[in-house]
Amino acid sequence: MSKVLMKGNEALAEAALRAGCRFYSGYPITPQTEILEYLSWRMEEVGGEFVQTESELSGINMLLGAASAGARAFTSTSGPGFSLMQEGLSYIVAADLPLVVVNVMREGSGLGNIGASQGDYWQVTRGGGHGDYRTIVLAPSNVQEGADLMAEAFDLAEKYLHPVLICSDAAIGQMVEGVELPEMKEHDINKFDWAVRGCKPGDPIRTIQNIYFIDNDYEAHLLEKYDKIEKNEQRWEMVQTEDADLILVAYGISSRMCKEAVKEARAQGLKLGLIRLITLWPFPNKAFENLAPCVKGFLTVEMSTLGQVMDDVKLATGCKYPVDHYGSMMALPEADGIIAKAKSMLEEVGK
Amino acid sequence: MKQKAPVSISSNPHSFCQGCAQGIVNRLIGEIMEEMGTTDKLVVTTDVACGAMNVEVWNFDTIVGAHGRPIPTATGVKKVRKDVLSVAHLGDGAAYNIGLAETVHGALRDDDVLVLVLNNGVFAMTGGQTSATTLVGQKTTSSVKGKRAEKEGKPFHVEDVLGKMDIAYLARCSVDSVPAIKKTKKYLKKAFEKHQRGEGFCLVEILTPCPTNWGLSPAASMERIRNEVIPQYPLGEFIDRGGEE
Amino acid sequence: MGKVSVTTDRCKACHLCIANCPKEAISPSGKVNSKGYEYIVVDDEKCVGCGSCYQMCPDYVFEILE
Repeated sequence: MSKVLMKGNEALAEAALRAGCRFYSGYPITPQTEILEYLSWRMEEVGGEFVQTESELSGINMLLGAASAGARAFTSTSGPGFSLMQEGLSYIVAADLPLVVVNVMREGSGLGNIGASQGDYWQVTRGGGHGDYRTIVLAPSNVQEGADLMAEAFDLAEKYLHPVLICSDAAIGQMVEGVELPEMKEHDINKFDWAVRGCKPGDPIRTIQNIYFIDNDYEAHLLEKYDKIEKNEQRWEMVQTEDADLILVAYGISSRMCKEAVKEARAQGLKLGLIRLITLWPFPNKAFENLAPCVKGFLTVEMSTLGQVMDDVKLATGCKYPVDHYGSMMALPEADGIIAKAKSMLEEVGK
Repeated sequence: MKQKAPVSISSNPHSFCQGCAQGIVNRLIGEIMEEMGTTDKLVVTTDVACGAMNVEVWNFDTIVGAHGRPIPTATGVKKVRKDVLSVAHLGDGAAYNIGLAETVHGALRDDDVLVLVLNNGVFAMTGGQTSATTLVGQKTTSSVKGKRAEKEGKPFHVEDVLGKMDIAYLARCSVDSVPAIKKTKKYLKKAFEKHQRGEGFCLVEILTPCPTNWGLSPAASMERIRNEVIPQYPLGEFIDRGGEE
Repeated sequence: MGKVSVTTDRCKACHLCIANCPKEAISPSGKVNSKGYEYIVVDDEKCVGCGSCYQMCPDYVFEILE
């Protein structure tokens, strides 16, 4: 198939349909609204159902119903809307439901602003709602990867019977790039026997519920599920880490600036490398194993004031390396700034 | 006439309080499903409160929804499985307090969903706090001197909000007596038949007792419905779109 | 054989049947079921099998036989 030019948000929406998704319920919020707008006409063309709900609360709970009935379903939101969906997400996790939620990150706590930012890392990787849980989180760094990960997100959700988040940002959502869209697939709504559809008298009833903890083996089931995901689903990309003095750690839009920074730094004789996170949870701990002896530290580059990824890098490296952070929640990190910060960090480490 | 509670609602024991009318409403649902031949088409989404205990009782496919959100959840089911009967089963706290936006917008979109609201005028599961339908003067655990209209507001009437909307069905009924229960069955069956035909949003509010939180015996609770609740919450069909005038 | 079959183990002694029986045919039995409730008993002499108890009972204690 040939490439088409598409906006990141619209490519996500189209890729979802091509993965067999036939249900979307959501609410407008910048910078993800193109997903909702696109599906408002496109969903009908493929015979699916689209509902613009009265709130994100209603949207996520309508999604819960569609997924309970066996449909491939997804919603999208950003910032404040994503916070409103947390209660529903917690219920969806407790009910072992496969579905996909896209968070096109925007700036700040509170209303913040509509520009690109990466401040929801803790929220997406630590559960976000109430109770003990995590969700699989995929972080695309360009329009093509967004489309590819969206297609795969439904398979992952169904493999583990667990929601999958796609953590995009305003920059990737709004940019237009060439993209090769995945093939159109059909989803069988009766694929899973647990999906509610009406029960013949005498047959075992189906219950999509979230009070499983009355079962004795519920915790064992949870531990096994999370363990499997952590073992099998870590994804990352290594860029010139084998001889790096300092390794940048980044995801999403920031990782693209990091690739540029690695190239420029090396032209200046500074050996930088990059570990690009593709799954935010499970965190790619495996990427931090067997590091070259020359590595002196890690610099996370993220659009965040507090440097949220630092915690996970420290955990992944057993706190054996210095870890620092570069970035602002309000501006894209630029190569010059990244390199300057890397230089000063290496000087500090060398003392 | 021979009468036996349908297996779909009676084969499992239930743990509702003495005199709780969930069992009466369940029997009506079970009988209607048998009469319509749709027992195997029913999917019920409950709210989280007392009604959620029904998932252990019903021999139907069920979903336990989040508090106040069974209407969108039941709508989601119906959207992707047009052949099922999709019921949202809520209390007054869920439908008229925390989930009022969902109730109004479900009606506004005229979603194909059948909403059952068991209105007992209190938050029963949490111990009997004031709800939107608590009567003025009624003592609850969160209005210990009685609900004050000037502070907590007057009782919510669903017909005031949905009464002029373009929906398929809106009715209120009661379970306080044998004739009342028979009428309730008539309304419920009409709503189920409309829902089966895909006519749009149907909401049936059923006045039910909560002897435990009202501090009354089951029989005295039914008398209270008759003497105190019905005078303020008139029974009848408010909307019957396409029906006889 | 009476007009009504009573599954006493389901009874929670709510007495809604007693309050709504038009023939005053139902009364507490003086005996306790496995759940600890004093279940009811139907006087077959007075019972006309009208089904009021079946309608009111939230616990499916009654089956109307004819």
